[in-house]
Amino acid sequence: MDFRFDLIANYAPFFLKGTLLTIGFSVASIILGTILGLLIGLGEMMRNKKLAAPFRVYVTLFRGTPLLVQIMIIHFGFVPLFIGETNVYISGIAALSLNSAAYVAEIFRAGIQSLDRGQMEAARSLGMTHVQAMQHVIIPQAFKRMIPALGNEFIVLIKDSSLVSVIAAPELMYWGNAMQGQYYRPWEPYLTTAFIYLILTMVCDFLLRKLERRLATE
Amino acid sequence: MIRVENLKKSFGDHEVLKDITVSIAEKEVVVVIGPSGSGKSTFLRCLNRLEEITSGHVYINGMDIADPKVNINKIREDVGMVFQLFNLFPHKSVLENIMLAPMKVKKVSKEVAEEKALRLLEKVGLKDKANVYPESLSGGQKQRVAIARALAMEPKVMLFDEPTSALDPEMVGEVLEVMKELAQEGMTMVVVTHEMGFAREVGDRVLFMDGGYIVEENKPELLFGNPQHERTKAFLSKVL
Ligand SMILES: Nc1ncnc2c1ncn2[C@@H]1O[C@H](COP(=O)(O)OP(=O)(O)O)[C@@H](O)[C@H]1O
Ligand SMILES: [Mg+2]
Repeated sequence: MDFRFDLIANYAPFFLKGTLLTIGFSVASIILGTILGLLIGLGEMMRNKKLAAPFRVYVTLFRGTPLLVQIMIIHFGFVPLFIGETNVYISGIAALSLNSAAYVAEIFRAGIQSLDRGQMEAARSLGMTHVQAMQHVIIPQAFKRMIPALGNEFIVLIKDSSLVSVIAAPELMYWGNAMQGQYYRPWEPYLTTAFIYLILTMVCDFLLRKLERRLATE
Repeated sequence: MIRVENLKKSFGDHEVLKDITVSIAEKEVVVVIGPSGSGKSTFLRCLNRLEEITSGHVYINGMDIADPKVNINKIREDVGMVFQLFNLFPHKSVLENIMLAPMKVKKVSKEVAEEKALRLLEKVGLKDKANVYPESLSGGQKQRVAIARALAMEPKVMLFDEPTSALDPEMVGEVLEVMKELAQEGMTMVVVTHEMGFAREVGDRVLFMDGGYIVEENKPELLFGNPQHERTKAFLSKVL
């Protein structure tokens, strides 16, 4: 087997563009998914079961169906419904964020429920409202505990962003496929693609570990 | 100050408080004793509605906290609570633990809250621990910080739920000393404890609870010296 680095060099500009878009999809979806996930997690924990129900249904739906199917439904169904045309960027970010939010909500809920009930009681006994107690006592502690699981979710999200190649969003996987289609060679396109994903997830892992260490010493 | 009328509390179909009626006067120190599972903690937690009240009335300064319309947060500002397991906020320094509620609830400025917190730390003998985190404190120190944290809201009543039960024996004294000082300053206190020495020395009145009732109440010397009920006698013979 001869490994043609020159072909990879030819494709380098496309891989670069694709990588940037993968980073863009991932960062946007991590931010939106985390914010949305926190809100959904809070919604799920509302004491009023009727109000909490829609949030639980949301989590069940997004965790119980394949991301690939969600991408299709959002891209061909919801996005045209709302904006009148398809748009791979909106579809990609929407699908990845909405999907990730369901997992973040569960991570957040587990983080809060792992805290001792006495923390909430102490805060409430001092006259704090439920919201104040959540804001100043519960969420900061839960957040610290969430970081490892949340980091895991971010890494999954970076890898899963490759699925949006099926709607022809020109990200990393898309260009890997394109190169394979052009040269009919399996190794160069897919090993390069895999290698770049590996770098991205390792950087993400490194940053999270740093954050975790900083919070631990605080 | 506190008036409890026909208080009942059930968890599901398990009735834990069966019919409690009792009044506590201003500046009074009431000690609650009784076997484990008799409902002492539940009774105390009904006094600031950490437990929902199933039926009956609990008046704090004339306000019935069993009424769902009452602003419970406002009332809790006047009712401090100290827990068996301290429940300090581990992500905040000792000083921040004490300053948090005055700043967020009473909207006191940072400067004023800090000055007050330092004064309270001095009072409980821990001024040098202001900037450490709770995890580096001993149990006795943690409980003294928890007392200071509750006092920072300037409560009119303090509730203590077995404040020394989780402590090593050599640390019990330092916490009881702070509580005694508080009683001498005229704080109204309701204290669940197994420290019979404290009950005798500091208590104005002792309530003996068993099976969800207040079986007997009296001045400490009378309750300990001349118990009237069989169950009180049986309990005291085990703990004294
Ligand atoms: N949150 C709860 N849910 C169900 N049962 C409870 C709860 N809290 C207390 N109990 C029950 O109420 C009874 C009295 O408990 P408690 O007030 O803690 O007693 P004590 O403080 O005197 O030991 C016990 O039988 C206990 O199991
Ligand atoms: Mg108890």
